[in-house]
Amino acid sequence: MSDTLTPVLTANWGTDKSWTLKAYRAAGGYAAVGKALKQTPAEVTGIVKDSGLRGRGGAGFPTGMKWSFVPQDNPNPKYLVVNADESEPGTCKDIPLLLASPHTLIEGMIISAYAINCHTAFVYIRGEVLHVHRRMQQAVAEAYAAGLLGADILGSGYDLDIIVHAGAGAYICGEETALLDSLEGMRGQPRLRPPFPAVAGLYASPTVINNVESIASVPAIINNGAAWFAGMGTEKSNGMTIYSLSGHVARPGQIEAPMGITLRQLLELTGGVREGHKLKFWTPGGSSTPILTAEHLDVPLDYEGMAGAGTMLGTKALQIFDETTSVVRTTLRWNEFYKHESCGKCTPCREGTWWLVQLLRDFEAGRAVEGDIEKLLDMCDNIGGRSFCALADGAVACVTSAVRYFRSEFEAGYTTPAWELFPYERSALFPVRTKQLVTSGEGADA
Amino acid sequence: MSVQTKAEQTPVPVETITVTIDGIEIEVPKGTLAIRAAEMIGIAIPRFCDHPLLDPAGMCRQCLVEVPDMGNGRGMPKPQTSCTMECAPGMKINTQLTSPVAEKAQRGMLEFLLINHPLDCPICDKGGECPLQNQSLANGDGESRYEGVKRTFPKPVPISAQILLDRERCIMCARCTRFSEQISGDPFIALVERGALQQVGQYAKKPYDSYFSGNVVQICPVGALTSTSYRFVSRPFDLVSTDSTCEHCAGGCQLRVDTRHGVVRRRLAGDAPQVNEEWNCDKGRFAFVSARGEDRLTQPLIREDGELRVASWREAIDAAVAGLAAAGSSVGVLVGGRTPMEDAYGYAKFARAVLGTNNVDFRSRPIGAGEAEFLATRVAGRTVADGVTYGELEAARRVFLVCFEPEDESPLIFLRLRKAVRKKGLQVTAVAPYLSTGSRKLNATLVATLPGTEADAVAGLELGAGDVVLVGERAALAAGTLAAVADSGARFAWIPRRAGDRGAIEAGCLPGLLPGGRPVADATARVDVGAHWGVDSLPGADGLDAVAMLAAAASGQLDALVIGGVELADFADAPAARDAVEKAGFVVSLENRISEVTERADVVFPVAVIEERSGTFLDWEHRPGRVNTVVDLPRAPMTDLRVLAALADALGRPLGVRMASQALAELTELGAWDRPATAKTAAAKQRRAAKAQFPKGERVRLATWRELLDAGRGQDNEAALAATARKPVARVGTELAASLGATDGDLVTVAGPGGSRALPVVVCPEMVGATVWVPTNAPGLSLGDLRVVHGDEVALRLGGGE
Amino acid sequence: MSGHEFQSWFPASGTIDMSDTATNIDETTLAELRQLVARYPQPRSALLPMLHLVQSVDGRISPAGIEACAQILGITTAQVSGVATFYTMYRRRPGGKHHIGVCTTALCAVMGGDAQLDDVSDKLGIEVNETTPDGRFSLERVECNAACDFAPVMTVNWEFMDNMTPEKAEQLLDDLAEDREVTSTRGARITSWREAERVLAGFPDGRADEGPSAGEASLLGTSIAAANGWTAPAPEEAK
Repeated sequence: MSDTLTPVLTANWGTDKSWTLKAYRAAGGYAAVGKALKQTPAEVTGIVKDSGLRGRGGAGFPTGMKWSFVPQDNPNPKYLVVNADESEPGTCKDIPLLLASPHTLIEGMIISAYAINCHTAFVYIRGEVLHVHRRMQQAVAEAYAAGLLGADILGSGYDLDIIVHAGAGAYICGEETALLDSLEGMRGQPRLRPPFPAVAGLYASPTVINNVESIASVPAIINNGAAWFAGMGTEKSNGMTIYSLSGHVARPGQIEAPMGITLRQLLELTGGVREGHKLKFWTPGGSSTPILTAEHLDVPLDYEGMAGAGTMLGTKALQIFDETTSVVRTTLRWNEFYKHESCGKCTPCREGTWWLVQLLRDFEAGRAVEGDIEKLLDMCDNIGGRSFCALADGAVACVTSAVRYFRSEFEAGYTTPAWELFPYERSALFPVRTKQLVTSGEGADA
Repeated sequence: MSVQTKAEQTPVPVETITVTIDGIEIEVPKGTLAIRAAEMIGIAIPRFCDHPLLDPAGMCRQCLVEVPDMGNGRGMPKPQTSCTMECAPGMKINTQLTSPVAEKAQRGMLEFLLINHPLDCPICDKGGECPLQNQSLANGDGESRYEGVKRTFPKPVPISAQILLDRERCIMCARCTRFSEQISGDPFIALVERGALQQVGQYAKKPYDSYFSGNVVQICPVGALTSTSYRFVSRPFDLVSTDSTCEHCAGGCQLRVDTRHGVVRRRLAGDAPQVNEEWNCDKGRFAFVSARGEDRLTQPLIREDGELRVASWREAIDAAVAGLAAAGSSVGVLVGGRTPMEDAYGYAKFARAVLGTNNVDFRSRPIGAGEAEFLATRVAGRTVADGVTYGELEAARRVFLVCFEPEDESPLIFLRLRKAVRKKGLQVTAVAPYLSTGSRKLNATLVATLPGTEADAVAGLELGAGDVVLVGERAALAAGTLAAVADSGARFAWIPRRAGDRGAIEAGCLPGLLPGGRPVADATARVDVGAHWGVDSLPGADGLDAVAMLAAAASGQLDALVIGGVELADFADAPAARDAVEKAGFVVSLENRISEVTERADVVFPVAVIEERSGTFLDWEHRPGRVNTVVDLPRAPMTDLRVLAALADALGRPLGVRMASQALAELTELGAWDRPATAKTAAAKQRRAAKAQFPKGERVRLATWRELLDAGRGQDNEAALAATARKPVARVGTELAASLGATDGDLVTVAGPGGSRALPVVVCPEMVGATVWVPTNAPGLSLGDLRVVHGDEVALRLGGGE
Repeated sequence: MSGHEFQSWFPASGTIDMSDTATNIDETTLAELRQLVARYPQPRSALLPMLHLVQSVDGRISPAGIEACAQILGITTAQVSGVATFYTMYRRRPGGKHHIGVCTTALCAVMGGDAQLDDVSDKLGIEVNETTPDGRFSLERVECNAACDFAPVMTVNWEFMDNMTPEKAEQLLDDLAEDREVTSTRGARITSWREAERVLAGFPDGRADEGPSAGEASLLGTSIAAANGWTAPAPEEAK
């Protein structure tokens, strides 16, 4: 039984100049590369498979298995692409990791690339985080200078180049095939599958796309062994992971713990919901995962636990909202996000999010009419599972779960504006001096 | 044009699988998309983005179906887009007919598509033939639950002079942008913006000037894309549609021609999987109004006191017969390669059986030595079963282009090659002076070749039996090239420019060839044909080719000319051609518009334009394409054939045929020459203007071809189309540009013995040696007037003045 | 005018601003654009960084920038335009020296982001997507910036300004207005939007070593673990 919290990825975040090669090495960094390069790629893949590491970007697909899907007899180059387009509302774990310890990712990339016989790897970082780019660019340069990247890494005969790439503002590029299109210099719109990226991804070549945290977990697995990793967490959700606590809590932040910790435990450790308030609803893994309520405080925060509660672990982005919060308002604002970020490729997402926002604005303003809840749910039914990618599924997930748990608040939208039921200034962290707090959305102009 | 129910044309594959759709078991080729499989049993799944000739997209999500069993006993948890899903063995698919889930998904999708779609169907050109309208009726709800304000944009946006975009009607199926990228390779339109604001756009400074832009109007499933020429012109249900074959080049495109009130309103690409698939070029689509100007001839004219005056048919026939009777067999017959085969046959028979001369030639263009022999031995008498076809191009491993630029000269060959390059790894090699825009889009390899020396380049290609050579008619001007191609060991096809060229050969419009490829020189052939025609004997003497006829007429060696469908500017030496017709003793002209010939003729007979007649065009594959009478007027204009028949009657030697159907029957009955072709044809002598006075400037080699959109008279009166043409330029290599001191955009003057023209220069790094490329027939620049052809020397200097 | 013209909700959409053709793109810029192309296995992959560079040079996606990218990559200007109008970080017209972002996605909005945006808008005297007349500030409503544990969040030239309050925002804008040195809560000293864009294009500005390794919230778990003596298991424990 491991400790309640298990800092591994976050362990060095507080050290002096933790982002530098010197500091990373001082903390034992790059030992795993040496170890991995002495083994065969298949052996490395095997260790990661045995560890039970599952994708930390939301879908939870077993990482080692993903690697083994790369057809090694394909004559094209193999590519590794790290998805650092962290944009899912609530999700804020990869950015601090890259700021504090970019070398953890680089070390993980070297090992992972080696495992799939890749010689060119990319980090696709969302554009809106300038300092992350600086740290990552510098770390890659340091690694080249130290012989950790480039030709013949550490005398192993293995070559790897890493390219740090900036996105330019598009949530959809977190979807792996949209990311590939974006990385190819195109509009970031998802691709048809099949072919799957493992077979025909970047430049139509075999490609593995992994989340930052997944790849960053690899060095520790190599250093400490598959069993060490599998020893943490629950039966099917192995290892430690970073939970991101935000919202109406006493102390928001990043907490690294074994898989399966509960929200109750996390809140207890961090001082709970903000003083004088109580939990109303929360997301387990970003806005695309159906919301939960206080009745789910003791459900293990792992893949199976969350699935059992009718939601998903997602990115473990725990957004906490207290009783001052209007669920209608929050749902609307999330949907404004999805509408803004819809790539436009498919009908249900493009037109559906446009319409959902209009309907939710009616609920917020108390001008919805009898039957609008049924209409709202029916629209969700016509969008969910009908769209090209999962973006629209996320958009409807927050609506349907909100109605499931707080139907009466939507019914109130037939008569009363949300800001009357839940004066918005009460939800703010500071005294609000402005007029009416309805800055919702960008009007009709998308 | 419906694109919704056609199964993909694929060769019968070996492997088939069995799937069950709506409880009906069906065997389909492996790899068949579910939506196509459903079509095969008559189940129409609604769709918008799906198009059988475009890559699957899955964007509109309209074609969702339920898959209770993927073939492995497990069902798909969500409805699937049938346009992207390949059938798997044992798969069960339930469409909207049997699955409430699919039915609701489709209904929901239509509701989404309509929330931002204007209700302007009554004023929309697409109304009545609109897939969105039709499928909304068939698969949608009667009423929308949407109560918001619809998305609107300023409208319309001209994305080119020819194509207009009404963005609020667009449903983002991306057929147009995918067409421009995948099919024609002109991605000057693209999806721009994103989300609910996503729209089709272009870069403001770069209009969507594509030779194939009209196709996007045809495949748009709503009224978002319209053409300048048809916008607000007609309602679809007021149109009468007729299938026909395009008259603009030898590509053989099948067309659907729509008329209202007896006037052609638009032309669409026909559905001809073996030929043009479902595409055509903008010339074929939009250039159909050339004869709507004031120069249309409707009455016979005769020359009196040096002036042409309107005459009755009887007067005109009498006048023509008087002139022809006086000339006897000292007549030359020039037919321009623009008429259907049946009319060409009329000219051939008129020359040989009525006038008693072999002076008949369809080549109203530069003629090369050895060309007639090549055509007689390598082209005439062939059928579609013998030759290279579009399908063969698609399946070929390597295709070589010799003196042939498919994008400009036979656009549907270009599209087919591009398809094969994209989908089947075809390698294209261009024997050309530089890598043209079209060749680039084919990823072609350049064999940089000095104009005129193509024969050597072909000899160096190391061609094999699996290779295909496409050789353009220009090759005749580069000595030995046609022969080099013929002897290369590769499969090859000769690509003429005009729709009537190939048929004219079969009809007997080369001086040395009787119908069906029979050599005049062969006495048996003459007897054969003579017997068929019911004449005692046919002339055996060598006939003159077109250029020789003109020269003979100018010098008085020929007494009369009969000319149909000829533009004098097309000849290598246009001034000489004009001079010849001017000086000819007697000229009978059959024409539908006033031309340089009619202006110089003694008798002019008005004849029908293409939509008023029927007949056959043989395309470059030797494939017959039916020309149907589209506009059936109560008093139908005369065809060339009927005029010739009337003249023959009046001359007392009846032609025997007066309708296209009779001519075709007679020609078919005659059949092809079944003996080995003997290559005895009079070699064309080079009769070119003396170049004593060579103009000043650097002497360089001339490379040239006709661009698709140029000053050709068939494109007249369609300003929007003309506005999409490429701007005429002179292309030179880096070294030549440096020696001239010219940079991009500077004017340079190209001069030949007949004159000069100034054009802005484009420096083209891979241009071979001391060569300049200019278009053959740009507005204000007909190379015939400069008296030069491809491969000649011209003078080139910096600057535009004299 | 017939009086029946369609009213457009999106009058200026679909393109960058073509009316302003000014450009600073010179041979140096073109050389740097080519340098970006050389970093990738296939040229077109460089397009996003190239457009970042165009912005840093021209202050926006300029017509000349679109044309230069198209020319260098051998693609059409329409294709470049399609990309430039897809991503929200690309500006259609010149903005201020400083780009001020206020996050108003659900969580930040609820916790005060909406009020923050109102305040900033009032203080600067401009609406969202506008630029102050003195050319110093542009204001944008930004979507979730992956700093939810520091909510409500603002950004200046895409540097984090965490845990914002009205007072902090006021001070921040005053400092920037007076050209006083401002440091990001988790980043470097603030430069300018154009300099930031140059870094995003892939040309470092040497400021990577500025700022802390992590913000307080980022260290929440490690500090609790340290206080409790909790660690990850040692490798041998698992055996």
